[in-house]
Amino acid sequence: MSKIHSAFDKGKAFIPFITCGDPDIETTEAVVREAVRNGADIIELGIPFSDPTAEGVVIQSANYRALKGGITTAKIFDMVRNLRRDIDIPLVFMTYANVVFSYGAEKFMSDCRDSEIDGLILPDVPFEEKEEFSPFCKKYGVDLISMIAPTSEGRIAMIAREAEGFLYVVSSLGVTGVRSEIKTDLAAIIEAVRKNSGIPCAVGFGISTPEQARKMSEIADGVIVGSAIVRMIAEHGKDSACYVGEYVRAMKEAMR
Amino acid sequence: MTNKAGRFGVHGGQYIPETLMNAVIELERAYDTFRDDPEFVAELSSLLNEYAGRPSRLYYARRMTESLGGAKIYLKREDLNHTGAHKINNVLGQALLAKRMGKSRLIAETGAGQHGVATATAAALMGMSCVVFMGAEDMRRQALNVYRMRLLGAEVVQVDSGTGTLKDAVSQAFREWTSRIDDTHYCLGSVMGPHPFPTIVRDFQAVISREARAQVLEREGRLPDAVIACVGGGSNAIGSFWHFIGDDGVKLIGCEAAGRGVDTFETAATIATGRLGIFHGMKSYFCQDESGQIAPVYSISAGLDYPGIGPEHAYLHDTGRAEYVPVTDEEAVNAFEYLSRTEGIIPAIESAHALSHAMRIAPEMGHGKIIVVTISGRGDKDCASIARYRGENIDE
Repeated sequence: MSKIHSAFDKGKAFIPFITCGDPDIETTEAVVREAVRNGADIIELGIPFSDPTAEGVVIQSANYRALKGGITTAKIFDMVRNLRRDIDIPLVFMTYANVVFSYGAEKFMSDCRDSEIDGLILPDVPFEEKEEFSPFCKKYGVDLISMIAPTSEGRIAMIAREAEGFLYVVSSLGVTGVRSEIKTDLAAIIEAVRKNSGIPCAVGFGISTPEQARKMSEIADGVIVGSAIVRMIAEHGKDSACYVGEYVRAMKEAMR
Repeated sequence: MTNKAGRFGVHGGQYIPETLMNAVIELERAYDTFRDDPEFVAELSSLLNEYAGRPSRLYYARRMTESLGGAKIYLKREDLNHTGAHKINNVLGQALLAKRMGKSRLIAETGAGQHGVATATAAALMGMSCVVFMGAEDMRRQALNVYRMRLLGAEVVQVDSGTGTLKDAVSQAFREWTSRIDDTHYCLGSVMGPHPFPTIVRDFQAVISREARAQVLEREGRLPDAVIACVGGGSNAIGSFWHFIGDDGVKLIGCEAAGRGVDTFETAATIATGRLGIFHGMKSYFCQDESGQIAPVYSISAGLDYPGIGPEHAYLHDTGRAEYVPVTDEEAVNAFEYLSRTEGIIPAIESAHALSHAMRIAPEMGHGKIIVVTISGRGDKDCASIARYRGENIDE
């Protein structure tokens, strides 16, 4: 069982998402440490891309800011190696296919292993295209994390059976971003997963409040929050770490 | 040429979010069902002929031929289609398909505005609602087409993200499709994006070369020596090439927008300056930096101002069956003015890129040779921006 899978053993998992390099890489590192100190179970680290087609405006803007600030994949690997001196929880990368493809899929996964990155989420790589990357993921022990959407229907079993780490259950149609209401019948989707696999299910897209996190954690094994945290970092800049820390603690408490 | 997974050699594929997978699968099934359905085919060809004005003329450009003093030049007049460009060929096909799929709403991206106008037109004709995404920069330089789309009843949404050009409009249209799939068909305007779009759009545009091949055979009793078309995503080019691909003696030449030159950063020439990557649903060649970030490309032509190229063109380049050459802003503007003066035809600035290359090679090819150049659209929309390029400010 992978380290990611085990992170779900001690209760419901809270998974914050952070865009690396926004506003700078030092802040990202500080935010990660605070999130871990306050109970984050897995951290999702976004490697910026110039054209993030699955993101809403909040994370799009964070990507542009980070790239303008000169962030690169190599600098992010350096930060992860720093973090790994004292951070033990699973870390996963979230980025777009071209970032990994351009770096070289094998070199990317090999560097993931060396810096102890546990998993990879590529929102523009569906089940049908995962062979592009999965052989290298397997070779270097990186979980390639699959997604299930409200529109997946007949595809759920196929995806769940080959899922690694955890299954990223997309709560709503559309792109990332805070939503006041989530209407998808997630319980039914997660039940369909459970029939086919013992993989933990974490729900993401649109979640921002402790109340939403509590509700989601009743049906899922974990909750992913991106835009709400990225927005907080956009607001507080270099001083974000303590705000994100407080937020993570509040979300974690709501899920107990 | 495409296999089941929509691959053209290594290019193509379906690199899209899981949310859209069932939508493209449904589209592929619908297309497989209706592409050879006699009723569908009859309805489409009736629309193409009666509404869009096909077949388009293959015009012998006598004065151009004489002034260049070499190969005989024929112009495939897609500019004479209803809405003024080749885009209508694809849009009528996709709109009919969308109706068969029970969709009531079309969304589209547009660069120069020609595809947006065509989509708005088809939506008006078929009683569908229509939303067109257009980069902020393109809305400025193609203001006339923005007005046309709104006049036709479409909503035009300004896209401010990124460089505010075609690639950002495509990204935003994909985002919109992800949020509303049930009643909405994404009417993609070029031979790009995830499978099955490159195949569907190519098939609907192949009418260009089906006609041109028969027309040139009838006029000259033989095939042309070269077929030239401009390439952004590459829909008019693939349409112009398709029925000539098996004719080994016919050179196929795609003209990319070099902007201020392929040795500058202000270029959109993908084959000349790009490398293999994955973006907008497909594996193909893209202009990008060393970290895989998509480059902010530039061309005077909003329709060619795109950092990628359709996967089938990438494949034709790999195999050497087609050749891709860069043409700068300056060369294209010269060709734009040249055709206006010489033949009384104002071509779209996109098509002027193809013309420019014909002007380059016709004198070298000598008498007795034949070139077919696709005039993919008309240039009314470009007059204000070309005037600006020449330092003259005119009110539109």
